[in-house]
Amino acid sequence: MKFTLSWLKQPLDTEATLDEIVTQLTMLGLEVEGVEDPAKVLASFRVAKILEAVPHPDADKLRVCKVEALVGDKIEVLQVVCGAPNARAGLTGIFAPSGATIPANGMVLKPTKIRGVESNGMMCSMRELELSEEHDGIIELPDTFAVGTLASEALGANDPVIEIAITPNRPDCLGVYGVARDLAAAGLGRLREGNLSPVEGKFQSPIGIKLEFASGTESACPIFAGRLIRGVKNGPSPEWLQHYLSAVGLRPINALVDITNFLSLDRARPLHVYDASKIKGDLRARLGRKGEKLAALDGKTYDVAPEYCVIADDENVLGFAGVMGGEASGSSLETVDVFVESAYFDPVRTAKTGRATGIISDARYRFERGIDPAFTVPGLELATRMIMQLCGGEPSQVIVAGEVPDTTKVIHFDPMRVEKLTGLSLARNESESILKHLGFGVTGKSGGLFDVSVPSWRPDIDGQADLVEEIVRVHGLAGVKSVALPRIHAVAKPVLSVQQKRERISRRALAARGLVETVNWSFVSEAQASLFGGGNATPALKLANPISTDMSHMRPSLLAGLIAAAGRNGARGFADVALFEAGQQFGDETPEGQTFAATGIRRGTARPLGAGRHWQGKAGAVEALDAKADALALLASLGAPQLQVSNDAPHWYHPGRSGSFKLGPTKTIGYFGEIHPRILAAMDVTGPIVAFEVFPANIPDPKKKATRAKFPLVLSDLQPLRRDFAFVVDSTVASDALIRAAKNADKKLISDVSLFDVFEGGAMGEGKKSLAIEVTLQPSEKTLTDEEIDTVSKAVIAAVVKATGGTLRG
Amino acid sequence: MADIQDLSKLEADIVAAIVAANDEATLDAVRVAALGKKGSVSDLMKSLGGMSAEERQTAGPALNGLKDRLTEALAARKSALTEAALEARLAHEKIDVTLPVRESAIEAGRIHPLSQVLDEVISIFADMGFAYEQGPDIESDHYNFTALNFPEAHPAREMHDTFYFEPRADGSRLLLRTHTSPVQVRTMEKGKPPFRFICPGRTYRSDSDQTHTPQFHQIEGLVIDETTHMGHLKWVLEEFLRAFFEVEGVELRMRPSFFPFTEPSMEVDVRCARLGNEIRIGEGDDWLEILGCGMVHPNVLKAAGLDPEKYQGFAFGMGLDRIAMLKYGIPDLRAFFESDLRWLRHYGFSALDVPSLAGGLSS
Repeated sequence: MKFTLSWLKQPLDTEATLDEIVTQLTMLGLEVEGVEDPAKVLASFRVAKILEAVPHPDADKLRVCKVEALVGDKIEVLQVVCGAPNARAGLTGIFAPSGATIPANGMVLKPTKIRGVESNGMMCSMRELELSEEHDGIIELPDTFAVGTLASEALGANDPVIEIAITPNRPDCLGVYGVARDLAAAGLGRLREGNLSPVEGKFQSPIGIKLEFASGTESACPIFAGRLIRGVKNGPSPEWLQHYLSAVGLRPINALVDITNFLSLDRARPLHVYDASKIKGDLRARLGRKGEKLAALDGKTYDVAPEYCVIADDENVLGFAGVMGGEASGSSLETVDVFVESAYFDPVRTAKTGRATGIISDARYRFERGIDPAFTVPGLELATRMIMQLCGGEPSQVIVAGEVPDTTKVIHFDPMRVEKLTGLSLARNESESILKHLGFGVTGKSGGLFDVSVPSWRPDIDGQADLVEEIVRVHGLAGVKSVALPRIHAVAKPVLSVQQKRERISRRALAARGLVETVNWSFVSEAQASLFGGGNATPALKLANPISTDMSHMRPSLLAGLIAAAGRNGARGFADVALFEAGQQFGDETPEGQTFAATGIRRGTARPLGAGRHWQGKAGAVEALDAKADALALLASLGAPQLQVSNDAPHWYHPGRSGSFKLGPTKTIGYFGEIHPRILAAMDVTGPIVAFEVFPANIPDPKKKATRAKFPLVLSDLQPLRRDFAFVVDSTVASDALIRAAKNADKKLISDVSLFDVFEGGAMGEGKKSLAIEVTLQPSEKTLTDEEIDTVSKAVIAAVVKATGGTLRG
Repeated sequence: MADIQDLSKLEADIVAAIVAANDEATLDAVRVAALGKKGSVSDLMKSLGGMSAEERQTAGPALNGLKDRLTEALAARKSALTEAALEARLAHEKIDVTLPVRESAIEAGRIHPLSQVLDEVISIFADMGFAYEQGPDIESDHYNFTALNFPEAHPAREMHDTFYFEPRADGSRLLLRTHTSPVQVRTMEKGKPPFRFICPGRTYRSDSDQTHTPQFHQIEGLVIDETTHMGHLKWVLEEFLRAFFEVEGVELRMRPSFFPFTEPSMEVDVRCARLGNEIRIGEGDDWLEILGCGMVHPNVLKAAGLDPEKYQGFAFGMGLDRIAMLKYGIPDLRAFFESDLRWLRHYGFSALDVPSLAGGLSS
């Protein structure tokens, strides 16, 4: 909301400076967003006089002038080349010296030569000073202004424009008067109420007003007041009014329209003026009817909906109540008899109508936040007085349909609440005085509770906390002193849950593996969501109003974002990337459907030991087992128990080069593998890309232990011994099955089994492979005899043969 | 028995041979020739047996002395030869110490600035006794608005530019939370006062320009008990900002403002200096708006099942992305979500940069 300083000083009688006012506004919660002070902008521009103007030797349209101007603190005569047609000897105008910045274009003047003739400074037009559109020539002033007078003074451009942000709870401050009331309460002057007394009606208005609402919908418009003023002479509004409106960005139109705009901004009281000759029969407020249309003042035609509150005459809809009037019934320069409307419309219904029609107007803005219903008739009187002053005419009696809705609210207020809530200790009478200055009624016995009645213009005030806010914001929040929040424990207790710790560990563990953490959008395109099990399959995760079609669905997996990111980095020349994200993904719309995943990808040659070429050996293409290694490192960091690996990852993985980590037959802890070539093709990203997804929440919580002590460590003094075995098995045999069989052959003696060679093809023949293992035997009581070693070896061979159907390699 | 002269000559000859031996094999041959089973000195030693006791008294010590001296000389020569051989070998063993090695994983990996700053914030608030609560991104109208005292159709709802899902069968619509405040209500509902927690998380608004992205991150804090007031709020914010920005002190300015879920509501500015594009917190003559806060609105307490006549407290909220940008001089919010490797490597953190109050938040 914008207003000028002189406008503010109409209702506010104050000696305060602009700076004081600006500071106080912000500290009252009316945050100043900007101050445009033309006097500051024009500070280096002053009145100067052209003493002589002769034609430029080399240019027909230019003149070489001798200009008398104030330079520093001395009057000097400068040579200035000027192109204005009215540049002539004896002209008094506005001069910009070298060093000045021209407001209209930001140009900084410096001494120059124009077609070979020296020129120092510039004589200015109104447009160059951004004071009007006038650019036919340079400014001409009466010669009563002395050379050196400030331009702002000579031109009357000394009214700063203040812009403040009004929070939605303060509809009363959508008028300058309300702002003045707050400033006065804060001690920055005295509030002038203005003349709100009734203007005597001279006749009965031939146009009546009706409220036509079915039972239950009367709240749409509880009161509608109006009067006819006949014999007005519409025309341009006076200069002061045009100045106020144009200073805040409104185009002056004609006196009648300007008056309604002014009262909307000055008193937060939207009004509407009709050309009475265009009203057929009576005016009424009612709900809209299907099929009706309105050609509104914005030049567009709208369909009327049954939920809208409209103003209509006997035949047509003339306007959307509280939103916008119609074009046909509006006032114009030809208007002689004017009907003035002042009504109160339901904020919620007005907001809905505004949203449905998409119309943004000053009236809607005010009505939907809640204007003062008690000001309906006083506002009409104020408008009548202004119209008669500026346009003449004779008013009818006021007609009022309905009545002011009851806004009476009395709050039992304990003044001690101020200290309890804010720590600020205020005297009882200070609280009382602040409330009274803001227009609250305060009664109550000394020492007891106050009975505080809320003024009709404050729909935001409901309870004691609201009153505390009013008191402290006017008193000033600077007085609030810091008080230490008591510590709960001398040494702070840990706060993270198991899952929260896992989220944190996931990130650190993966970064330690050389992966780079990304944060991608929570939404992806429908096509991408479909690639990873979402999209059409989960319509509940589709946004109704996405910011773009690329961001229409909640992501079912973090992979879409990561693969797309790898593609973008590749396009920038970084093809070999190892990226991860640890964050939320969405299986369905419920809170439980949102799960945390730690997901990573490696692309190109971004293998765990390094990417690309290196003198010690170049990295090959990434492999599925690189992703498995990442996932296992992460799972180990998370304290996951031993997991089974099976070949059944989801469809976005390569069917033969991917696997799942499982705990028991059903609980999936994660996946790893090569991304399916079809997925990469669909996303237009070249591979190979390997990936893993780990779901830390699926790992069971560790058992709560009574003690932090670890199990006692038992060490054997006896040396372990190692034996190698090689088996020939079918290619389809999982190495893991062989290792487990060997390990279980003698659980007491065998402490470790490691696979040290895998050989497939060649001499093995089709469909066979050789797996070689090293078995570690750890005796615990005595050195093993040859016989005992032999027995264990036989047991290992027998177990492996039984489990895999293989044979010992001869 | 040879006489003393003969022994001296023998010794001199053997010593000369030891000195002359230039490799271990030659030296060993000298040893065998003198002290081996059939060596010259061994032969003489054997002759001791055939001597008279008197002769033995002189010859014994002489021969033993000879043997000891030769053993010592052999050992000394052997050690000299080993040393020389090692020196010779080392002289040939040379590498180009300037050859590059592969970057280690711990150097290559990065933590995103958002995760880093989240860890910093959690460690500060954990010390002040704030628990860490989370809630879902997909919310109901109830938790995002109604329970937070946003009246239906009120313009305050429109200020939030909400992302909605399609209406469900019953007409209700889920939405993406526009702030982390729903977690306040969810947490209060499932627990009992006193409450002291933060709830950081991802939030969404349908807004996209230079300084707005459709997703961003907030951190919300809440304290509810029977006595906590605005002075405590100011202290918590001062202490947090001082610790987070790692400065000696901060100065705050509270301005009245409006949020439906707090009353009174404030916006908080922190004193700062603007040096070109850089903003320094804790010095200078300028103010920077940094967060919103207030005393929890009685209607919110009621919605969470608490008696507003008995319980009171404060809530505050700020942008996690924003304080990350301020602290680490990151110019553009949009870059947070672009996953540009160059940006991540520059603004990201090492896995080992774990923020702690003992070691300092940043290294």
